[in-house]
Amino acid sequence: KERLALPQQEMPSQDPLERRCNMHEVALGYTEEQARIEAERCLQCPTAPCVAGCPVAIDIPRFIREITEGNYQKALGVIQETSLLPSICGRVCPQEVQCQAPCTVGKALKDTFASVSIGRLERFVADRAAGSSPAPQVKPETGRRVAIIGSGPASITAAADIRREGHAVTIFEAFHKPGGVLVYGIPEFRLPKRIVQDELATLEAMGVSIVPNFLVGRTRTLKQLLEEDSFDAIFIGSGAGLPKFMHIEGENLVGVFSANEFLTRSNLMKAYNRDEAATPIFEAPVVAVLGGGNVAMDAARTAVRLGAQEVHLFYRRTRAEMPARAEEVDHAEEEGVIFHFLRSPTRILGDQDDRVQAIEVLEYELGEPDESGRRRPVAVPGSEYTVPVNAVIVSIGNDSNPLLTATTPELETNRWGNIVADESGQTSMDRVFAGGDIVLGAATVILAMGQGRAAAQSINTMLCENHQT
Amino acid sequence: MHTLIKKEQLSEQVYRFELQAPLIAQGRKPGQFVLVQTDLEFGERIPLTIADANPEAGTITLIFQAVGATTQKLATLQEGQAIPAILGPLGQPSHIERVGHVVCVCGGIGAAPMYPIAQELRRLGNRLTVIVGARSAELLILEDELRALADDLLVVTDDGSAGRKALVTEPLEELCRESTPPVDQVFVIGPPIMMKFAAETTRPFAIPTVVSLNTIMVDGTGMCGGCRVTIGEETRFVCVDGPEFDGHLVDFDNMMKRLQSYKHQEANARDICRQGGTP
Ligand SMILES: Cc1cc2nc3c(=O)[nH]c(=O)nc-3n(C[C@H](O)[C@H](O)[C@H](O)COP(=O)(O)OP(=O)(O)OC[C@H]3O[C@@H](n4cnc5c(N)ncnc54)[C@H](O)[C@@H]3O)c2cc1C
Ligand SMILES: Cc1cc2nc3c(=O)[nH]c(=O)nc-3n(C[C@H](O)[C@H](O)[C@H](O)COP(=O)(O)OP(=O)(O)OC[C@H]3O[C@@H](n4cnc5c(N)ncnc54)[C@H](O)[C@@H]3O)c2cc1C
Ligand code: SF4
Ligand code: SF4
Ligand code: FES
Ligand SMILES: [Mg+2]
Repeated sequence: KERLALPQQEMPSQDPLERRCNMHEVALGYTEEQARIEAERCLQCPTAPCVAGCPVAIDIPRFIREITEGNYQKALGVIQETSLLPSICGRVCPQEVQCQAPCTVGKALKDTFASVSIGRLERFVADRAAGSSPAPQVKPETGRRVAIIGSGPASITAAADIRREGHAVTIFEAFHKPGGVLVYGIPEFRLPKRIVQDELATLEAMGVSIVPNFLVGRTRTLKQLLEEDSFDAIFIGSGAGLPKFMHIEGENLVGVFSANEFLTRSNLMKAYNRDEAATPIFEAPVVAVLGGGNVAMDAARTAVRLGAQEVHLFYRRTRAEMPARAEEVDHAEEEGVIFHFLRSPTRILGDQDDRVQAIEVLEYELGEPDESGRRRPVAVPGSEYTVPVNAVIVSIGNDSNPLLTATTPELETNRWGNIVADESGQTSMDRVFAGGDIVLGAATVILAMGQGRAAAQSINTMLCENHQT
Repeated sequence: MHTLIKKEQLSEQVYRFELQAPLIAQGRKPGQFVLVQTDLEFGERIPLTIADANPEAGTITLIFQAVGATTQKLATLQEGQAIPAILGPLGQPSHIERVGHVVCVCGGIGAAPMYPIAQELRRLGNRLTVIVGARSAELLILEDELRALADDLLVVTDDGSAGRKALVTEPLEELCRESTPPVDQVFVIGPPIMMKFAAETTRPFAIPTVVSLNTIMVDGTGMCGGCRVTIGEETRFVCVDGPEFDGHLVDFDNMMKRLQSYKHQEANARDICRQGGTP
């Protein structure tokens, strides 16, 4: 019980006023001492409810115990039994709704946010070992060849697991830099690109070949890869990647962007580096961001860093329903993002040059609870008012990009355009597997990783069976 | 890496590059384009139409006008040097059929993207009238190449320094009005303002008019939506749904304003470029 009295360790982070003006990582990571204390807070529950909350079922109590004993390398080993990207997931997992939600400590203290900080400990372990672990062993070459489409977390994981079995792996990526959303979407201040580069360097050290500037469906079709380029199997990890718009008046005005465009310009194309980058970014003193998920927080906080004087975020429900990670919402608030809850935009107004001048929003109030027990927001008729802004960033998420499926009619998709795949990742096409956002719809890094793993296993089994016949 | 095999200067600001890009050379169709990046770390991604390709040699031809920081940087490249990133072929191929009499209207650099379309129109047995227009004689490109393909070729310049002193819309309107055989279809590629007026010219005659749009792009894969345009009542992405659209449905005014989104930053980048710094 005295463990419950131990103070939860705060994450050291950059001062909000300072970080408003730089792109460096905000959360700085635990010190060794903090990690040891935080690890002591874990009750080592025999039933380990936390494990059930982790989509890849990391043996959480066991890795935490290794921390308390100072065996950091062993702790990492435990995590790596099921997760390939701990330095990334420790940073970006929505822990409060995953592993930390069912944690006994949080339950005892009647506050999910008081749970053991599993994600922060995971990050501590991974960061400490960074660069020191050798690339995983690769079995002797089998002569089998696997093509992987896209290079996000689903693909990185699948590539590693398939390559380990000795199959040749080629990753085809549309962009000039691999990493998927981890490099073009999630900003540097939340996930330093160096970490993603390290993971990709490990893949290359294992002998995985990464081909950038290659758009499957255009540069070569999926069928050509199978039939002419003689790949034995294909894994599709092409992500969601189709920006959703609101379909309101004024959405094509100058100064209205999808979060994808705004973030890609800033992150991938480095437009935040005004002195060196050739890609321009729109300058706007007052910015409106529409949405309440991670994408919206990233867009809002990027706008702050690019020099906006005011960033207004409009969300249709209340703070409690915001799908963004709680930490990102707190950070955004500390950085001065102004939240407007129960507000939904109705149109965007422009000047004579079609430049954004204002946004009109409608007020909502909480009505009767719906089937899920949540009180549904209902519009207040006639409550529209306008807020003067110079740019609008539509950050309401992504649907599935249809480019690949449109050029591969054999691939079955559902009504949202996601590729249909079973538990093992098998699609409707022989030898073709898929996983991550292209199957799940816009989801999370850890789920994409888990699906990459499952598909890799199916591919390995298939290639091994074929080999014997 | 895409080695520059052959570099030619076609006019004061216009260059023709033949580059190594075997997969793109094999797969490309008329109307498609590539995204080019001169520097992997800090360069921007700009779209250029594939003007021609040689699948045997594994090369593609790009023709571009040095108008700003990135195209000016591209223009400094020498034979033997390489472009680090070319993505393609992108966009929908032109929808080209045998329809009868087709008029191709090219404004300035628009002759470059028109060339492969004209080639294909010809191959399918259409009667081909080509109108090439430019501000002045020095800015006319591909006149001889297009003349070799066309049944009729009309040259117009704004200042009368070559051909007829007129805008392309004048001969276009005459053709719509009185050509025998009558005009069945019109392709227009050039500056947005020219495409707009060409489409207005053919509208009263209800002649199907295809335009090739040149919006600002980032990824070229349908991921960012930056290239969106209004077509009729709908929003479409030029990089994946286009670049060709029904000219009578395009909201050119909005598109032209969107093209100005970064005017201020582009002007700065051009200045830095002129002073010899890296943009
Ligand atoms: C701004 C933003 C913030 C996010 N924040 C979080 C967070 O905090 N926590 C979290 O867990 N999740 C977050 N997510 C979601 C998470 O990033 C995704 O769920 C995850 O990246 C999906 O991984 P993936 O491997 O399926 O595909 P992606 O990461 O989307 O990668 C797909 C890759 O495939 C490439 N590609 C697509 N089509 C082709 C083709 N035809 N040929 C070749 N290459 C192709 C794309 O260019 C891309 O690089 C966020 C997403 C965004 C956009
Ligand atoms: C599908 C398509 C095909 C094209 N084909 C050709 C071609 O064959 N030959 C040719 O000379 N030009 C072509 N263009 C236009 C060419 O892309 C622009 O001239 C070029 O991007 C200008 O870049 P810059 O940095 O040199 O000039 P800047 O000074 O930066 O820009 C000049 C103008 O070009 C436009 N522009 C700027 N950045 C982009 C961008 N990333 N994408 C698109 N347009 C931009 C803007 O309207 C801008 O005002 C094409 C454009 C499109 C969309
Ligand atoms: S991978 Fe994510 S959910 Fe699983 S333990 Fe780590 S932080 Fe928690
Ligand atoms: S539920 Fe919480 S306290 Fe219990 S083992 Fe898991 S992390 Fe430790
Ligand atoms: S350029 Fe990004 S969607 Fe067309
Ligand atoms: Mg430019």
